[in-house]
Amino acid sequence: MTDRPHLAVIGAGPAGLAATLAAAARGTRVTLIDSAPEAGGQFYRQPATGLRARRPQALHHQWRTWERLRDSLAGHVKAGRVRHLTEHHIWLVEKRLAEGFTVHALLGPEQEDPVTVRADAVLLATGGYEQVLPFPGWTLPGVLTAGGAQAMLKGTLTVPGRTAVVAGTGPLLLPVATGLAAAGVDIAALVESADPRVFLRQSRTLAAHPGKLGEGALYAGQLLRRRTRTLYRHTVVEAHGTDRVEAVTVAALDAEGRVRPGTGRRIPCDTLAVSHGMLAHTDLAESLGCLLDGTHVHVDEEQRTDVPGVWAAGETTGIGGSALALTEGHIAGGSAAARLAGTEPDPEEWATAAKSRTKLRRFAAALDRVYRPPAHWSEQVTDDTVVCRCEEVTAGTVREAVGELGAGDLRTVKLLTRAGMGWCQGRMCGPAVAGLAGCDLTPSRRPFARPVPLGVLARAGEETDQ
Amino acid sequence: MSSPLDLADARPDPAFTVTLDGREIEALPGRTVAAALWEAGVTSWRSTRGEGRPRGIFCGIGVCFDCLVTVNGRPNQRACLVPVAPGDVIRTQEGTGHDD
Repeated sequence: MTDRPHLAVIGAGPAGLAATLAAAARGTRVTLIDSAPEAGGQFYRQPATGLRARRPQALHHQWRTWERLRDSLAGHVKAGRVRHLTEHHIWLVEKRLAEGFTVHALLGPEQEDPVTVRADAVLLATGGYEQVLPFPGWTLPGVLTAGGAQAMLKGTLTVPGRTAVVAGTGPLLLPVATGLAAAGVDIAALVESADPRVFLRQSRTLAAHPGKLGEGALYAGQLLRRRTRTLYRHTVVEAHGTDRVEAVTVAALDAEGRVRPGTGRRIPCDTLAVSHGMLAHTDLAESLGCLLDGTHVHVDEEQRTDVPGVWAAGETTGIGGSALALTEGHIAGGSAAARLAGTEPDPEEWATAAKSRTKLRRFAAALDRVYRPPAHWSEQVTDDTVVCRCEEVTAGTVREAVGELGAGDLRTVKLLTRAGMGWCQGRMCGPAVAGLAGCDLTPSRRPFARPVPLGVLARAGEETDQ
Repeated sequence: MSSPLDLADARPDPAFTVTLDGREIEALPGRTVAAALWEAGVTSWRSTRGEGRPRGIFCGIGVCFDCLVTVNGRPNQRACLVPVAPGDVIRTQEGTGHDD
């Protein structure tokens, strides 16, 4: 058993699950490592077991796909082909010269006790997280990410308030609004900054995806039935309140993506769920030295990174949604299994998945062109608006560092202002600081993917293998 | 459907008691600290180091560290990740969480 090559799959969302199943089916020994108590990732996040939900599918789309993934995983785990390590928070994957890889993790929600896993190869399926650009009032309690509202709903069966505005841009807004509405939240408005006319221009690509379009139409239909106010080419310019959000002001955007003066209107709410797209988690890939394309991990046709023995799939290789993640994971798992067995993989094995991957990537690129934050969003960010939530650095301070001190990149702004130096290590403010500084969002090259207790670092040489 | 529990047809075991700054609140098994606080009508449980501004859930998935809270004497726990347990002593957190 143990002398078979061993693949560590990091992340148990759609990409990691598909990769695990593909590799295990080809006889590879797989350890699937994930931070959550249960498999599913963000997309298939399950209600906590203790809540005894009898109808979790009411919160989900593509439930049958999830059932297939879940049951196949359970089968492989039972048969001893796959080990599933839950609540393992990975802070570093280390490439060892002759002996493969060491995965360093912290256990449980406390994240203080270390554990290591050795593997011959690593498959990164670390997913993504949401990007939110700042606006006055965005740090008020009650303002949260759209995905965060969805995660709390799916995982804990709670909602943030009674009356919500869902705003920003991207394909996530519709399902979040319909999900919250189904759970009893009054959706005061859905505010999307994209221009619906752009959809028409993209129609050839979109028409190639009747399933995806149907999904969107389904959500839109649900909102229509609830008579939800939907404002296209609008944006939130401010959230109001003292100790929590009490209302938002939304305004219309002109063709250039500037707020049209005099169009502001106030909408009372106790919740603002906001999102401006997704970013890939690339920390583990970066510390392994993997080549990045912009802000995501570069992979070849087999989903291999440029570091031998390291594969990547799903959002970490470019934001594209769960269906794309499944195809990429499937291909990555098949390729890793073949190469670990010392054979050249036959691409015919995953020809169908590769075809879907091509189509879905084209679809993702089309969505990406449609769903863009307003081009001039930063003009609405007043100097006293906090940009770095952790270190409480304001837009004025960032602008001063750029305008008066000549900072031209994220790193210099960070050194001058502390923006990006706090708990989240710039994950939340990076895009905003880049926008204000007029530079590109560049990978941060964080040495560790999450905070690590000093005692764990000190003992990191003397490993306790799992 | 009027509540998320109804929507998912959840039949959890009976609620247990925890405290927030000494005040008793009810929590359902399986919920995180953040979810228990939301259910009790609390949306902020931390004040920032610099300006002392209130914060609660922002990213909801453990990335942003905005929802830090002190649980059973341990400061800087992410309320969105930590499951709530019977008898938990939850305290709102001021600044670094190491001041009191």
